[in-house]
Amino acid sequence: MSSDKPKLRCRGLWKVYGPNATHFFAQSHDKASRIKTIRDADHIPAVCDVSFDVPEGEIFVIMGLSGSGKSTVIRCLSRLIEPESGTILLDGENLLEKSKEQMIEMRRRRVGMVFQHFGLLPHQTVLGNVAFPLKIQGLSISEQTTRAQQMIDLVGLNGREQSYPRELSGGQQQRVGIARSLASDPELWLLDEPFSALDPLIRRQMQDEFLRLQKLLNKTIVFITHDFLEALRLADRIAIMKDGAIVQVGTPAELVSNPANDYVAEFTRDVPKLKILTAGAILSEVDPQKISAPLEGNPTIENTTTIDQFLPILIRSETLNVANHAGDYLGSISVLDVLKKLAEETTS
Amino acid sequence: MNASHQRKERFSLFAWVAVAIFGSVFLLQRDLADWVTQYPEAWTLPAAAWANIGMDWFVDHFRWLFRAISWLLTWPMDAILGLLTWLPWPTTISLFIGIAFVAGGWPLALFTLFALLYMVGIGYWTESMRTLALVAVSVPLSVFMGFGLGVSAWRSERANRLVQPLLDLMQTVPTFAYLIPILLLFGFGPVVGMIASAIYACPPMVRSTVLGLQRVPEETVESGIMSGASSGQLFWWVRFPSALPTILVGVNQSTMAALSMVIIAAIIGSSADIGWEVLSTMRRANFGESLLAGIVVALIAMLLDRITRGFAQDNQHSKTTRALRPQLILGIAGTAALSFLLLSLSVTELSEFPDPWVFYPAAQINDAILFITVEFGAALDQIKNGFLFFFLLPLRIGLENTIRPFTWGFDLTLTMKIGYLIACASLMLLSGYRYGWRFAVAIGIAAVLLYFGIERMPWPAMIALLVTLAWQTGGARVGLFTLAGLAFMLVTGVWSLGVRSLYLCFAAVLVSFIIGGSLGVWASQSDRVSRLVRPINDTLQTMPLFVLLIPILMFFQVGEFTAFLAIIAYAIVPAIRYTEHGLRHVNNDVVEAAIASGCTPFQILWQVRLPLAIPEIMLGLNQTIMFGLAMLIIAALVGTQGLGQAVYVALGQADFGEGLVAGLGIAFIAMSADRIIQAVSAEKKRALGIK
Repeated sequence: MSSDKPKLRCRGLWKVYGPNATHFFAQSHDKASRIKTIRDADHIPAVCDVSFDVPEGEIFVIMGLSGSGKSTVIRCLSRLIEPESGTILLDGENLLEKSKEQMIEMRRRRVGMVFQHFGLLPHQTVLGNVAFPLKIQGLSISEQTTRAQQMIDLVGLNGREQSYPRELSGGQQQRVGIARSLASDPELWLLDEPFSALDPLIRRQMQDEFLRLQKLLNKTIVFITHDFLEALRLADRIAIMKDGAIVQVGTPAELVSNPANDYVAEFTRDVPKLKILTAGAILSEVDPQKISAPLEGNPTIENTTTIDQFLPILIRSETLNVANHAGDYLGSISVLDVLKKLAEETTS
Repeated sequence: MNASHQRKERFSLFAWVAVAIFGSVFLLQRDLADWVTQYPEAWTLPAAAWANIGMDWFVDHFRWLFRAISWLLTWPMDAILGLLTWLPWPTTISLFIGIAFVAGGWPLALFTLFALLYMVGIGYWTESMRTLALVAVSVPLSVFMGFGLGVSAWRSERANRLVQPLLDLMQTVPTFAYLIPILLLFGFGPVVGMIASAIYACPPMVRSTVLGLQRVPEETVESGIMSGASSGQLFWWVRFPSALPTILVGVNQSTMAALSMVIIAAIIGSSADIGWEVLSTMRRANFGESLLAGIVVALIAMLLDRITRGFAQDNQHSKTTRALRPQLILGIAGTAALSFLLLSLSVTELSEFPDPWVFYPAAQINDAILFITVEFGAALDQIKNGFLFFFLLPLRIGLENTIRPFTWGFDLTLTMKIGYLIACASLMLLSGYRYGWRFAVAIGIAAVLLYFGIERMPWPAMIALLVTLAWQTGGARVGLFTLAGLAFMLVTGVWSLGVRSLYLCFAAVLVSFIIGGSLGVWASQSDRVSRLVRPINDTLQTMPLFVLLIPILMFFQVGEFTAFLAIIAYAIVPAIRYTEHGLRHVNNDVVEAAIASGCTPFQILWQVRLPLAIPEIMLGLNQTIMFGLAMLIIAALVGTQGLGQAVYVALGQADFGEGLVAGLGIAFIAMSADRIIQAVSAEKKRALGIK
């Protein structure tokens, strides 16, 4: 995760609903007073000054309740909706400055999107739906079929190629949607509440499937959800949105251990802490002076390991060495450190 | 909110009282001045003459253009006509069976076989093929025009605002009125009927195109955009195929409309098709012949309906289950057709259905009809007179004039008049006390109309009444629209014709709605009745209108009563359908809650289902009125007096102005009724919180 050269960079994004909304951006204003001017004119500020970076290969989840503007943000990223102001840089190129034709080219090659209600073509088979983006690019039938078949195999739908969408379950339909969005091998993968229309058990299954695919494909992902637990499960980093603005951005552990305000804290309250708090998060509050070198004979765990994962080891050896992904020693944590952190989290 | 509501209530009451006073003044003073009952001729505008001048100018300058179009269209028309009449009958039958099988499987194929065998066996093969040829050219024309218009209306809001009222007008202006300008511009000949039907069949295609395209889910479109579709690809590969099922429903409706217009266009003659056969035999009162020909028309209608609907529905079903069989069957049908074609070169019976084989029982049917009318003549007359004396006449000229020794067996005495007054007044008081003042007003109006007769109401009173009704139920805009329509009829001098139409349509709609509604309630409660009623409804609805006249005409001869029955036969269908549908599709949670609270089935029907189904039933009433007005026009053929007859006469004289004025009169009545009822239904829906 190198933050100096992000794959996707979004800066100062604004979307206002209402006639002639561009005039609000003629003069410069600070955020609060601009929102006020917009509201006073009976316009709706759906996205207010949203900025974030997504490094290559990261799953960036935007989480918010309905009406928070999260769907508008992802539609601005794909320019299904035209924002009033801001820049969206993909590899340094501003998407908002692209012409219609360039945008079509962009969507054909570099951006894929998955929709909440699947958006499948009812008159096409599974194969036809997955091959659709390739057909549009004018690929030959055999190329289309080969590539589409690969995608169908990838999402585990082989055998259903000739079925029509109406003959599939919701989960299967969304697999088609996923396969279609990946057919032209995009770099940026946008998912708009892809699992929200599914039953809880299927949703869980699809989340695992999604993580499996990401491990395989390593896309740069913006994922929208209204489900905080889903965000925690999937995200490398989460942005929480409220009333069109981002309230807090951080890793799942950061959000849970350090909510920026009561609004975020409200979400984290029912979160099972054992599954969120990582060794790294506990380590950050341990006095670095306490143990400066790895203790011989103690097991070493990675800093991203969560409490519920290392608890069985902790019971056996009381103190654990923590290292990062590369194996560099970061510090050690004891049973007491873990208990302190848990006490702090549950009482606050 | 509450205070303003109360103020509104008081204002409405005040308005109705004002109407009552205004109306009674005119009613009581109607003997004083002639202009009160009869709108003076001197006050009318010669709108029809002006329209004719305009039309003459237009025809003089642009006839060449329309004649050119008409000349162009004779080519495809003659080609198809030539082909269909040249093909040996077994070849055509084989091909049709093949198509029918693909559209609807074995049942439809079998039905097609029997239908076509009937046509050829009865000796109407050539006439039937002529009709089919007309439809075969006009439907594609209509579908292309409708699709184009629909797409442009969907694309641009401005085009839509232009197209929508045009469609309303096209669907309410009577069919005969269409024919006059087309006759003037395109001249005579079979191609004119074809053009008329292509234009007439356009609106359903436009509507379903717009609807289909609007209903494509936003996410489907977005997914197309995100796949990188250009705007052309997005339309033809995403929007159009997604909207296709709805568009195909439009094709089905257009086909049916085209057929009905082809049949009606036989009135201007010269096409020697099956419609002409029905019409000419009917005019000569050869009912046996016209019944036999009428059955051909009905069969063609059902065939076209089932086949086009089959294709429309097929599109929504899975193609995977029977991927190969259609091709196989088509192959077999094609081979059979070809071999019949070759065989017909040597076997003349195949190329031309031999006369001795024809079975044409017209004489026998005529004998049977004669037998029935002689044997049961007295009973039939009694039915007819009963309706006339006790329902139609009082409604038209009032109890005041109907009650005579000849009709009711006694004279209307002063005591009876006072009795009527007291009975009505107490009914008003009672219902007003029980259900609110609106009920009392409704009963009061009904009592006055029944006593004086719709036709004999002074026009200022009638206008005040109708406009207030429209305004109170549909709001100020609907009120103004109704006022404009009535003023139009008054000023152009078709007022009395309009009232006559209004009366007949009102009488027929009232009966249709009462009987149809009851049948609908019954069908909603009993699956058996529902199964019994459905095919009858289907048949009545697909049948071109004037075929419906034949059986009624056979027994009741020409006259208003026959028209009355014909309107009921057609207009009863939506009353049944919508009532049943509305009652059956009430939100199930509410019904279950009612069952759980211990409602009896009867209580569920009356206290749960019926109130919740009212918006839907209102829409049924709306359709009943529209169907009634459509049939009113056709009923001009069997002798009605009113706007329909005026249009029909104008058609006979190719008088554009008269036809236009009378036609617009009907269109105004239809549109006002439509807007009023739509508004009431929407209001009810809002009040019930139904989406």
